[in-house]
Amino acid sequence: MKRRSIFLNSSSMLGFLFLYLPMISLVVFSFNESKLVTVWGGWSLKWYTALFQNEQIMTAAWLSIKIAMITSTLAVVLGTMAGYVLSRMGRFRGKTILSGWIAAPLVMPEVITGLSLLLLFVAMESMFGWPAGRGMGTIIIAHTTFCLAYVAVIVQSRLSMLDETLEEAAMDLGAKPSSLFFLVTLPLISPAIISGWLLSFTLSLDDLVIASFVSGPGNSTLPMVIFSKVRMGVTPEINALATLMIAVVAVGVIAAMYQMRRQNKLSAQFK
Amino acid sequence: MNMKALTLPNSILDTIGRYTVKSSFFANTNWGRLSVISVPTLWLAIFFFVPFIVVFKISLAESAISIPPYTSLFDWDAEEAFLSIKLSLANYLYLFEDTLYIEAYWSSIKIAAVSTFFTLIIAFPMAYLIARSPPEKRTLLLALVVLPFWTSFLLRVYAWIGFLKKNGVINDVLMGLGITDQPITMIQTDFAVYIGIIYTYLPFMILPLYTALEKMDVTLLEAAEDLGAKAYQSFYLITLPLAVPGIIAGCLLVFIPAVGEFVIPALLGASDTLMIGRVLWDEFFLNRDWPMASAVATVMLLVLVLPVMLITNRAESKEGAK
Repeated sequence: MKRRSIFLNSSSMLGFLFLYLPMISLVVFSFNESKLVTVWGGWSLKWYTALFQNEQIMTAAWLSIKIAMITSTLAVVLGTMAGYVLSRMGRFRGKTILSGWIAAPLVMPEVITGLSLLLLFVAMESMFGWPAGRGMGTIIIAHTTFCLAYVAVIVQSRLSMLDETLEEAAMDLGAKPSSLFFLVTLPLISPAIISGWLLSFTLSLDDLVIASFVSGPGNSTLPMVIFSKVRMGVTPEINALATLMIAVVAVGVIAAMYQMRRQNKLSAQFK
Repeated sequence: MNMKALTLPNSILDTIGRYTVKSSFFANTNWGRLSVISVPTLWLAIFFFVPFIVVFKISLAESAISIPPYTSLFDWDAEEAFLSIKLSLANYLYLFEDTLYIEAYWSSIKIAAVSTFFTLIIAFPMAYLIARSPPEKRTLLLALVVLPFWTSFLLRVYAWIGFLKKNGVINDVLMGLGITDQPITMIQTDFAVYIGIIYTYLPFMILPLYTALEKMDVTLLEAAEDLGAKAYQSFYLITLPLAVPGIIAGCLLVFIPAVGEFVIPALLGASDTLMIGRVLWDEFFLNRDWPMASAVATVMLLVLVLPVMLITNRAESKEGAK
């Protein structure tokens, strides 16, 4: 028993080191004075100043943030509908197809999604004249499509864990379907909706492949700029950018953990 | 004769009956319910399903120097009222003629399978440890697994460039410790691609494994131990079979996207690291051959993605039936 736990602990430790060492080195070298990324030249914040002065990166970052905000809002609306339909609306024609369409985007290789959407946009433009040209709009549609699948899965699993008696009680008391949803179900699944929004935001902000296919000239998102810079070689500004992103995510995850722990304590008190 | 005369009205009645049932269904249609169902379904139909048909259609066209850069399949001659349909199978034939494509498909499967295997090996003890930790520690460890998943995928791949390159962190450490005198080439090799895939997809393997292992009844292991089973025996006979749903889900979440991976081979691989996602990308962006790229995508979908999805679907429904 003892030997097994030593094996477990040490191999898990190695696993966590494997997950974190590259990220830690990114953070450390973002404060490096030297231009050579792996030679230590003393602490400095100069790559952060360089990052904020880099107009190309800043324009792309702003575009990506706008796209991610709109995408995640659309994805949350459509994904919640899809998740609700799948777990609360009983049987209907096409249910199997819809659940397949929800599961497939999660594992579809990005190159296929990107190419197929681009070809759809091109075909639609020549047939109906819409979407006229490609850019922010087409990226938002593409991102919404795969993000809504993630939201639907999260909402669906939350709904399946939920106590259905609350909804039944509301129905017995004469709630209309719409007020049942907005007054009872929606508040109950709000944690799932929030995490679905956040997940969609990060997925959209991070996507390189799909955006490269469906974006038009002059509409480079942040990952597209990062990719072209990184291909040229390692750039310290990107290290600074990565550190900022890791910091934001770490704060978010710690806050979520704190919240969860508080809720656990609260529910423990009620027991 | 009589029999036939009798059956005919019957079948008509039957049809009418069905028709009336249908129309009463429509009369009772709940429009609110119908719209809630149809909005997401229509969105996915238009932006997820129809695109595949468009891809298949264009894979049968020929590349052309025009906007868009492919020929039209249908040609309508209004004067002669003559519709000609031209389907080119040349792209598909070329896929089999030029060994590049078959090699790329093959090596993508190999790279994805090997990486999925190693991801599973690394993820299993981690998921096991988390599932057996006390609740307080479990939240922390889960957060540690989830955190990289929330940070940029692209930047995490980028982190490995600094780690693996010639004057990178690993070589510095190895040379500093005197293990080697000259840097080992690690970046731009297949090895780096394996590392990149395992690294970025590890959380996708840990989470479903954890979900499966957490549900496991620990008393089973205690019972096995009491009955004299050795540790490896109870692992093979109890833990592993109970983890199967998690293993299937995790492998699916790693293998399929890894087969079509583009970013990792592009940033970490050698220029001759063949992966089909990269071939498709180059066909589209460098050669601007949209029909060829579509043919590559169609074959990838039919040969690689669909079968794996069907197999796992069947395996999952079997699991569910148990």
